[in-house]
Amino acid sequence: MTRDPLIPMLGVVTDIRTDTPDVKTFRVVGLDGKKPFVHIPGQCAMLSMPGVGEALFSITSSPTNEEFLEFSIKKCGCVTDWLHGIEPDQQITIRGPYGNGFPVDTDFVGKDLVFVAGGIGLAPLRSVINYVRHYRSRYGTVDIVYGARSKEDLVDFQEILDEWSQEDGIHVHLTIDRPQDGWDGHVGFVPNYVKELGFDTGKTVVMCGPPIMIKFTLAGLLELGFDKTQVYTTFELKMKCALGKCGRCNIGDKYVCKDGPVFRLDQMDTLPDEY
Amino acid sequence: MKKISRSDLPRLFEALSQARRLYIPADDGSGQAKFLPYTPGMELTQNLNTVRSAKDLFFPQVENLLKFKVQGKQIEILDDRDPVEPFVIFGVRACDCRSFDVLDNVFLHAEPADTFYQARRENAVVMTLACNAPEETCFCTVFGIDPADPAGDVTMWQTKDTLYLRANTEKGAAVLDDLPLDDADDAAVAAQQAATREILKKLPLKDLDLNGFDHEHMLQKFNDPRWAQLSESCLGCGTCTFVCPTCQCYDIKEFNTGKEIQRFRCWDSCMYSDFTQMSAGQPRPTQKERFRQRFMHKLVYYPANNDGLYSCVGCGRCLQKCPIHMNIVKVIKTLGGECHDA
Repeated sequence: MTRDPLIPMLGVVTDIRTDTPDVKTFRVVGLDGKKPFVHIPGQCAMLSMPGVGEALFSITSSPTNEEFLEFSIKKCGCVTDWLHGIEPDQQITIRGPYGNGFPVDTDFVGKDLVFVAGGIGLAPLRSVINYVRHYRSRYGTVDIVYGARSKEDLVDFQEILDEWSQEDGIHVHLTIDRPQDGWDGHVGFVPNYVKELGFDTGKTVVMCGPPIMIKFTLAGLLELGFDKTQVYTTFELKMKCALGKCGRCNIGDKYVCKDGPVFRLDQMDTLPDEY
Repeated sequence: MKKISRSDLPRLFEALSQARRLYIPADDGSGQAKFLPYTPGMELTQNLNTVRSAKDLFFPQVENLLKFKVQGKQIEILDDRDPVEPFVIFGVRACDCRSFDVLDNVFLHAEPADTFYQARRENAVVMTLACNAPEETCFCTVFGIDPADPAGDVTMWQTKDTLYLRANTEKGAAVLDDLPLDDADDAAVAAQQAATREILKKLPLKDLDLNGFDHEHMLQKFNDPRWAQLSESCLGCGTCTFVCPTCQCYDIKEFNTGKEIQRFRCWDSCMYSDFTQMSAGQPRPTQKERFRQRFMHKLVYYPANNDGLYSCVGCGRCLQKCPIHMNIVKVIKTLGGECHDA
């Protein structure tokens, strides 16, 4: 009998980084010390702790990292609460990768890219951003618009400052919701900031964040003259199997786990508004 | 075509249960029919169909997937798969037999295959029984199912005194080879089929119009304001999904036995609020959205992904069991071709 796809493999959390008061980034390898599997930016994996539960997380490390997988996880439920309480060397279970991922080797090639993220929404985009940085010559200009409630809530802040901001051809635009001591950057919500920045309408936009951010950013982009075919986002709905069988993550006739989680926004026009 | 006298059914059941486990639809002691493991003396039910569908035998309500031992930071994964022995299901009706095709598309044909389901399917022989007396809640013919000639490995027909059997597959033929059967011609079966088809012509739900339940009209159907009216009295009890032969949504849960942690899967229902509830939000906040999901899935989403095959087989169980008498027939009549009758 072949191993059922619902049966996970064991992994070890080798490193835990505290990003924000409620986000930690977990480094995961297999029991053999190697990366558990190869993925495409935007794909997800099921992590679980027996007795606590299993949940789906986007993989935040880039496929170009050959040593481990990373997951940036916000504390917001049973499994995430448990994960936030563990220490390095803790074993967990892992299965995946799941979903379609971003078209990094097709549609994105040769394009000027604008990444728009809000809060923990940077997690899936970090995988794409670092992939694009690795194969820098394949892509045009890169803009990263990233906002959070406060300076402390910016995920991957150190990596953004030390690496992303330092590279030629990458423009990082950070913003926080309200003024704060020690912050001399932009203040305001992401959708407004994107409109203020007013990108060239030939660029390709990759978004992830709370639904309200997606909605208003998209409206702003359309106002600027962007077409929905230039805008990509990634969705998250409750999942149990991640294999297109347990039946709960559908938007119309599409399953987020199999047909998504990445959708181009014009595709959403043909689907029921239920997400 | 083969035959055996109905008075010899016990002999047939004995022979069938020699090599493998046999399930037959029998009285469960409360007057309800259920597929039960055959034991000597057990009789075939006189009811048209079982209360719970035959899907239970391929997709059980609860099944263990694996188990874990946890010690400190260490986890051990242990196999907890129930062994699957060869079995025969005797007397599956045409509607339930079609439901296996619907489930196969999800569990076998859409990659990756579900190996738990696959093991049971591969180990099963399905012996269907043609319907002689379809009921007024039956509407399988709407979905192109012929209850007078069901599919399966073996098709069977009953007349007053005789059971006729026809093998449709090699697996079915191999089973019939070992049974105490006589050769028969088709005449009696043809007569029985003709009689059944006369009844089918008179069934009240035979003309349900599925017009408009297709991918092309997905958004129009989804946005129809009448979902609010249709779902208004739905209790969200999940009975319809429980008895439905094609409902296949499942949950994965865990149970701590004290020694180990068992991870099991169990049926779930799109009619429950918990089905899609996340810490981040709820895409289907009221019963209207959950109710709509169930019928949109059966009549629009599933066919869109499966070459037009509907995920309803017209068995009528939800018509019989829903406590508020809401059902897929009313949905089809209201939102489909027959909307003037609503």
